[in-house]
Amino acid sequence: MEPVAQSQTKRIRSSPSSLIPDRYRLFLFALPFLVLVFIFSYLPLYGWIYAFYNYRPGFALSDTPFVGLQWFRSIFSNPTQTQEVMRVMRNTMVMSLLGIATSILPVLFAVFLSEIKSQWYKKTVQVLTTLPNFISWVLVYAIAFMMFNVDNGLINKIMIGLGFQEQGVNYLATNNHTWLSMIAWATWKGLGWGAIMYIAAITSIDQELYDAAKVDGAGRFRMIWHITVPGIMPTYFVLLLLSIANFINNGLEQYFVFQNPMNKSHIEVLDLYVYNIGMLGTNFSFATAVSMLKSLVSIALLFIANRMSKIVRGESII
Amino acid sequence: MLKRRSAGEIAFNVTNYAVFGLFTLICILPFYYLFIQTISDNDLSARGLVTFYPKGIHFENYRKVLQLDGLSQAFLISVLRTVVGTIATVLGSAFLGFIFTKQKMWGRRFWYRFLVVTMYFNAGIIPWYVVMLRLGMTNNFWAYVLPAVVSPFYVILAKTFVESIPEVLQESAEIDGAGYLTLFFRIILPLIVPISATIAIFAAVAQWNSFIDTVFLMTDKTYYTLQFVLYKYLNESNSLAAIIRSSGAQNMDLSNMQTANSIRTTVSMIVVLPILLVYPFFQRYFVKGIMIGAVKG
Repeated sequence: MEPVAQSQTKRIRSSPSSLIPDRYRLFLFALPFLVLVFIFSYLPLYGWIYAFYNYRPGFALSDTPFVGLQWFRSIFSNPTQTQEVMRVMRNTMVMSLLGIATSILPVLFAVFLSEIKSQWYKKTVQVLTTLPNFISWVLVYAIAFMMFNVDNGLINKIMIGLGFQEQGVNYLATNNHTWLSMIAWATWKGLGWGAIMYIAAITSIDQELYDAAKVDGAGRFRMIWHITVPGIMPTYFVLLLLSIANFINNGLEQYFVFQNPMNKSHIEVLDLYVYNIGMLGTNFSFATAVSMLKSLVSIALLFIANRMSKIVRGESII
Repeated sequence: MLKRRSAGEIAFNVTNYAVFGLFTLICILPFYYLFIQTISDNDLSARGLVTFYPKGIHFENYRKVLQLDGLSQAFLISVLRTVVGTIATVLGSAFLGFIFTKQKMWGRRFWYRFLVVTMYFNAGIIPWYVVMLRLGMTNNFWAYVLPAVVSPFYVILAKTFVESIPEVLQESAEIDGAGYLTLFFRIILPLIVPISATIAIFAAVAQWNSFIDTVFLMTDKTYYTLQFVLYKYLNESNSLAAIIRSSGAQNMDLSNMQTANSIRTTVSMIVVLPILLVYPFFQRYFVKGIMIGAVKG
């Protein structure tokens, strides 16, 4: 008796909208949001068309000559251009490789932090080291400027005070160690935050495993090596695969704020190069061509990483 | 159980505590250093004589900096985009996440992938810029908000969380005649407060910190954000210092230099202050939130 009565009330109350079946109604609710996704993530693909024209800002696309694959060919046929792209590729790859090489640091951070017995100390370290993750790259640069600038930077003052240097050194405007300083700032910003996932993974390891190992006479390092490390490896592999998928996308902001004429040759990664030639220079079409090749490579990398993920873990990442 | 600790064990512990202590100091000392520069005597600070503790404490810098041309406007834009952007992101992501939990939705699997793919793939910055230009998103406040409404990662977080709420709660409301909007606002939204808070914090930090979109899209001063203004100050004083050095000028205008330094540090402090203030209270929430995210739905 009851269910029938209830379903009747439902039909009466929702009469106007019940003309549209539920499944489509749900879709219509999602539609405005999906349109936003389409506009901001898919529509830009249309912009790829600029790579096939000799486009100059200020002209309509229809007024500019169609040049086909000329811009793509110019990357490989013009030696100076090839050299430029190769230099940028080298920077991109070195930064990404350094990123992957340092991806082990958050793991070490988490493993050794979990060895600290004092809860108070552990919590404090964890809270304070994640803080830099929440500030912008502009502010990181402001801090770098404050610590390393020539005139009143803290580091210069200390170095001069201790007698290591005669006068101020402009640490920020130099091409020495550009790659290393970039990875150092990225580590400063991201290490504590990067460790959070692994700390979570470690806390979810069954405590009985450790107790059993202790009974068997295992020492501290044995327990780390045979219980903790295997416990967090799956998490590590997922994140590693994601970083492979992002191998060619190392972002723009960090390099954008730290770039200057002195370190340009080593700091220009693909995105920054595309910005510099497309937005600052006026070579819009060439920049789009490079941008497009980059997107294609990153799709390929994503599929490779996805395939590897399926093989290693039996689960896809997309 | 009484156990004697070996020398190796003690050495390990000491090193371990020391290394973490050192890294923690490296992470937070710059903030302290920045702060004492802003409240110290500007002349001493500009000459690099304020190192460990503030000297000649005063709070004039903050008052003066907020009076600077364009800075209060930038502050307003930063606050506005953070508030409006965060509300839009939380509501958008939560609502879409909720809709995606409905098995009956037409083409659900396809549309979900349509969304998630954008997390890994984009057309590139130049094509993106062209589209923003054609959509009239340059020198337009909505360029800060609209692209952020739907963020795949937050939708996944919200969807996973909604799925953990017992289905019966929604069913009983549906029997009483509630439509999907009523369901969302009356039943779901109050129940997903923990994950909404996480998304809100992430979205707010992202909006507050966002910088590159201003570089690309905004040429009108009206839409400059604090981050962008800070970047401009940093860059200008950097090149200013370089010019002075290369010309070998001995008698630099000291008062001018002071202002450059104090403006830089004070604007930096204003930019970081909101984060320093809210961070300790919300830290535990986003740690939990990111862990929910790790369990991908």
